[in-house]
Amino acid sequence: MDFLQQRSLVTENLTTNKILVIIPAYNEAANIGGVISALRREVPHADIVVINDGSSDATGQVAAGLGIRVVKLPYNMGIGAAMQTGYMYAADKGYDIALQVDGDGQHPPDQIHKVISPVIEGKADIAIGSRFLGEGDYVPSLARSIGIKTFSGMLSVITRQKVTDPTSGFRAVNKDVIRFYARDYPEDYPEPEAIALLHKAGFRIAEVPIRMEARVWGKSSITYFRAFYYMVKVTLAVLIDLMKRVER
Amino acid sequence: MQFIQVIAVLFSVAVLIGVIDLIRRRKLKERYALLWLPSAIILLALSLWRDLLHSISRLAGVEYPPALLFFIAFLFLLLIVLHYSVEISDLSEKNKRLAQEVALLKTLFEQNTKGEKE
Repeated sequence: MDFLQQRSLVTENLTTNKILVIIPAYNEAANIGGVISALRREVPHADIVVINDGSSDATGQVAAGLGIRVVKLPYNMGIGAAMQTGYMYAADKGYDIALQVDGDGQHPPDQIHKVISPVIEGKADIAIGSRFLGEGDYVPSLARSIGIKTFSGMLSVITRQKVTDPTSGFRAVNKDVIRFYARDYPEDYPEPEAIALLHKAGFRIAEVPIRMEARVWGKSSITYFRAFYYMVKVTLAVLIDLMKRVER
Repeated sequence: MQFIQVIAVLFSVAVLIGVIDLIRRRKLKERYALLWLPSAIILLALSLWRDLLHSISRLAGVEYPPALLFFIAFLFLLLIVLHYSVEISDLSEKNKRLAQEVALLKTLFEQNTKGEKE
């Protein structure tokens, strides 16, 4: 199947499946408008929900002004709790597919079809957009690179399949994973852990090559100071996840 | 009675009375006092009943019996603190759930009131 065929199949299925795009956002007033309009252009059939994680800027107003549903968390709860709120929303409203896209414009909406297609075609329960499968020229900073390689190695061993981009937050999941994440989603730095938990629960994980852009505006939430803590915390958390009781 | 024994007795009695008083005034829930009460009672018993402390020390190979008292107190404190960590984890999970539910309910509510106006 070539790309055009694949794309038309996906577009067809977009209309039958109820799709929700979840955008967790903390102080992204400068970027969120662009993300939303690009999403509307690329996936007009999908609904969008912004999880405003206690922003102190106009993130919520900008999104609401564009007619987007905004769930406002009462205080800054962190990306994990924000994402989980999005999944709770998706589970409540009975969506078939949920897509998580960062509010900072890092995930190009024109790549969504690639991320969503393995899930729509039923080839995977979760598809993760990877920056390191040949497409694009994203080069992470040294600290970030060490972290990504460590988690990538660890998760590849655990899941017995290649996981090249464990920190990517560009993901599509099906209904079963939506329900699972609504109940159980990791906190703090959730992305690598979220993969380990899914593997533990027996879900099928797939990675797709995508091109990613550098942040449009503002700084990433991971600073050098936090890099070490981040590494240790996530490594421990993933190992502990493997011992946790997981109910599917 | 040795000085250290007097201190141990006074301290255990103070803890016991303090915990009971806190429960009485409803400042401390029974479930959190469950570990405090036996700790205080056992420490008081061991401080008063020297022979028991001494024979346990001999059995355990502890040369200075009051050290055993400290060790037992330390173990109880460890248990109490661990119990708190478990309780805090439980509370923070429940707090998170509540905040998430409130946020979702509020969204639903605003949506419905908007619908009524139109």
